[in-house]
Amino acid sequence: MSRWPRWIAGAALVALPFVYHAPYPLHIAILILIWSFAYTSWSAMGRFGLTSLGHGGFMGTGAYVTALLWNRGGVSPWLGIPVALLAGALLAVLVAYPCFRYRITGHYFALVTLALGGIVLQVITATRDYTGGSLGYTPERYQGGSSLYALQFSGKTTWYLIALAVWAAGLYVWYRVDGSMLRYALEAISEDEDAAAATGVHVTAEKLKITVVSAAMTALAGALYCQYQMFISPDTVSGISVSLQMVFAAVVGGLYVALGPTVGAVITILMAEVLRISVGTRAVGWDNLVYGALLVVFIVFLPKGILGTVLAHRQR
Amino acid sequence: MLELTRVRAGYGSFQALFDVSLEVRRGEAVGVIGPNGAGKTTLMRVISGLIRPTAGSIVMERVDLLATPPHRIVEIGIAHVPESRRLFPRMTVEDNLKMGGFLPAARPKARRRFDFVYELFPLLRERRRQLAGSMSGGEQQMCAIGRALMSEPKLLLLDEPSAGLAPVVVDLVFALVQRIRAGGVTVLIVEQNVQQVLRIVDRAYVLKAGSIRAAGAAAELRDSAIIREAYLGV
Repeated sequence: MSRWPRWIAGAALVALPFVYHAPYPLHIAILILIWSFAYTSWSAMGRFGLTSLGHGGFMGTGAYVTALLWNRGGVSPWLGIPVALLAGALLAVLVAYPCFRYRITGHYFALVTLALGGIVLQVITATRDYTGGSLGYTPERYQGGSSLYALQFSGKTTWYLIALAVWAAGLYVWYRVDGSMLRYALEAISEDEDAAAATGVHVTAEKLKITVVSAAMTALAGALYCQYQMFISPDTVSGISVSLQMVFAAVVGGLYVALGPTVGAVITILMAEVLRISVGTRAVGWDNLVYGALLVVFIVFLPKGILGTVLAHRQR
Repeated sequence: MLELTRVRAGYGSFQALFDVSLEVRRGEAVGVIGPNGAGKTTLMRVISGLIRPTAGSIVMERVDLLATPPHRIVEIGIAHVPESRRLFPRMTVEDNLKMGGFLPAARPKARRRFDFVYELFPLLRERRRQLAGSMSGGEQQMCAIGRALMSEPKLLLLDEPSAGLAPVVVDLVFALVQRIRAGGVTVLIVEQNVQQVLRIVDRAYVLKAGSIRAAGAAAELRDSAIIREAYLGV
């Protein structure tokens, strides 16, 4: 396939906010980009059968560490975000290393990550004196308006471009992994760990690599979400519904293609917005119900996801 | 080249190997024969580091394999063709072979090794874009052996290469093993197909219920009473 369509699409995406800057659609576009990045991060490991049901834990870590460092220590997000990424990566190592070392795989690994998500959520809620608990938390405004130092911007165009850049970086990581020997190793591991080890793959190390990358990227998504929304709560960045949403969006869009999670984000976020606007507050939580039902349908009938299926058909 | 001394191993409280000692010299083809459940597969897995023995020692060219993780054991030059082949079924034949040359040291040689393996198994070249899981048993066995050869091993461990194959295909696989061995690769092969394996190895050990019951030149063992005893219990 020629690279031209890709560059043209990229240029169009960059130009978009300068041509069309109605605040509401732009807000939705930013959310879609941030969540697309989060879903891409999840699928970086999810596509190799490393199913995490606790990525909300990494997202929450990223968001809360960045916000707490800013509010409590006056640490600029320029330093706070790297620290948050490290925290996410460290958390991933703490949980994943014992799992991989002692061969906790498949459903059991998923359950461990589910517990991890739950624990992070509990910690945030329990330390309410610091984190505001379930009421949420707001990073302090820096002298009112926009500031590069505080990574706070009132203009949506700036945020759109930042989110676009991060999203593109996420895709870049996806492609880099896709073209590397790491991908072969992880595919082999997902099919047969013993056989992979017998061909010389250091199973634990390779799995740990992708998990750390995925966790750090997800933490970045959390930090970005925090800086953009200027409000975080356990439910919006760290709850079980966040974790499951990642799984759902990636599966719906297509787990094995680069833009699959992005397609998943477009669909889920637009669906949530439509439900919110058309049915209003009576439908709170309905989106999750619809997600759950659709997830079953997709896993049974369209396991490659929407984009994955479309691309597979075009290849034939 | 490879020396096992009084190796004990098992799974949890179940002991599968009792003080097994054996030796493979450079350039040899050595067989380990024995009935189901004798511990043959455990023996192979112990050598390639997939199971840690509880006692004993395993040394390959002065390297202590017990202190070496499985991925390093491949680096030392031991390649394992596991029981029932264990290919990566949803990967193509070519990607399966590529995995065999996964080690950093093997990657620069990959092109040459591909040529070598494709020359040995021309069929694999024709099938290289096919998913490994969609091939017949014999083809899969060739792919598994090809995968192991990608790392340019000094010692090839073959775990029941004839299992589940049609007699004609078994002949073919054994003929290929002879060719590989003639190419300078030392072979340790575990088999239930006693009569046939004894025709292609120099020496063999008889393993029963986790311990070595007999050892000797292949020709001697072929019509010995111990073999009949080990298999038929008479």
